Amino acid sequence: MNRIYLDNAATTKMSEKAIETMTACMRESFGNPSSLYGLGQQAKDIIEEARVAVASAINASPKEIFFTSGGSEADNQAIISAANIGRRKGKTHLVTTSIEHHAVLHTFKKLEKEGFEITILPVNSNGIVDLDEVKNAITDKTALVSVMYANNEIGTIQPIREIGAICREKGVLFHTDAVQAVGHIPIDVQSDNVDLLSSSAHKFHGPKGVGFLYAKKGIVLTNIIEGGAQERGKRAGTENVPGIAAMAAALTESIEKMDDAAKRETLLRDRLIKGLSQISHSALNGDAIRRLPGNVSFCFEGIEGESLLLLLDDKGICGSSGSACTSGSLDPSHVLLAIGRVHDVAHGSLRLSLSEETTEQEIDFAIEAVSDVVNHLRSFSPVWRDLTEGKTKFIL
Amino acid sequence: MALYSEKVMDHFRNPRNVGVIEDANGVGEVGNARCGDIMKMYLKIEDDVVKDVKFETFGCGSAIASSSMATELIKGKPLSEVKQLTNEAVAEALDGLPAYKMHCSVLAEEAIQAALEDYYKKTNKKD
Ligand SMILES: Cc1ncc(COP(=O)(O)O)c(C=O)c1O
Ligand SMILES: [Zn+2]
Repeated sequence: MNRIYLDNAATTKMSEKAIETMTACMRESFGNPSSLYGLGQQAKDIIEEARVAVASAINASPKEIFFTSGGSEADNQAIISAANIGRRKGKTHLVTTSIEHHAVLHTFKKLEKEGFEITILPVNSNGIVDLDEVKNAITDKTALVSVMYANNEIGTIQPIREIGAICREKGVLFHTDAVQAVGHIPIDVQSDNVDLLSSSAHKFHGPKGVGFLYAKKGIVLTNIIEGGAQERGKRAGTENVPGIAAMAAALTESIEKMDDAAKRETLLRDRLIKGLSQISHSALNGDAIRRLPGNVSFCFEGIEGESLLLLLDDKGICGSSGSACTSGSLDPSHVLLAIGRVHDVAHGSLRLSLSEETTEQEIDFAIEAVSDVVNHLRSFSPVWRDLTEGKTKFIL
Repeated sequence: MALYSEKVMDHFRNPRNVGVIEDANGVGEVGNARCGDIMKMYLKIEDDVVKDVKFETFGCGSAIASSSMATELIKGKPLSEVKQLTNEAVAEALDGLPAYKMHCSVLAEEAIQAALEDYYKKTNKKD
């Protein structure tokens, strides 16, 4: 059976280039970058070259890039740093949205317990934040606004540049979790008015466990990890040299391929959306246009997501769902609830996320497989029976 | 290791006793769409024995497999035995369930008990 990998929002396969870069680095440049002999300095050079490459990918300067263990750490450090900068000036209010990744939301909750006031902005039914809401949320106490570049579940792309402009005007720091965006859509921290940005290598064909934080010149970071003086004293720990090298290689490659890949993926994405829309009582989650090239997210009424995923796995398809039973909690995805999907409907969600390697044949196979599985599950669903017999009303 | 045992996957892929019994004399529905699992059990009871049983489930793999296994465990059994059915017995018959999935097997037990109650109510028999 062929495997059809449609879960690139969860993680991506490493590119050959990234694997080669990584293994070569492990074999030949295993020195500690803090050591003064040649082998150590060789490793240090690799890190600094990677910093230049990563910086240029988002139009930052190398000194503004701090390597981390991934997106979660970068989110934590960005938010905690901005909160501390604010606190020193008596600013104790933080703003974010209801659809952020837990790495952001849980950090906000932690700061709330420490005495910060937090505002969590709603999004519209397409998953987009309203600019006026952002404007109105900011007070003279606001230290930070954090809005994700693109959402990991429903793929919506936020008006980052405009939000950044509002923050600049009001003198508030602006952080964006760009984990799903970097390497997939063009990002320019200068024209996007971004002060802090988080990214993770494994979302753009780099390795897991490595990422970076961009912090605009002049922003004083708070250490999350204390210890040695690596990363200009802001992130202790011997650097993940092979991971950093491979991340830079993967990102450079992704940026080179971006235009073509995005065009290709968008066509396939829309083909998949069109195909799945044929399934009765289904609906696309998120915005049809302001959407990541690789993201497809649907809700199907009358079925539950985990059983859908298991049966798709039997057909070789890897996908994901925001149902409660896949998360191990009793509630379905907070993102689906935030865009107004009721619990019953949110449980029947499916996310398929494409890569530049996805083919038309795979998409067509997936459309048929999903239709078959949804029909099968509906055939013995008491919820579906009640809907079709008119005992309850269809929502989708 | 896979999320579920082979037994769970077998019952999930090929659920036994799916469907409805039109002339059921005991029907029970438990769960709610909020938590994500809903089960409906249909019993046909004759002479204090479960002559036939069918189910419909909206839910995860564990919920579907638990319903299927539970129907197998009570089919043809006297009510005195059916009343004793526990979710642990269902889970054990499935070669175990992940800890955070045990609540789905509780639903199977509850659905059967609800169907029994319905039967007693309808037939005015005392439990
Ligand atoms: C939007 C978003 N933020 C943060 C993360 C966390 O990144 P990491 O897995 O590198 O910690 C992810 C991925 O899981 C994500 O999709
Ligand atoms: Zn369940």
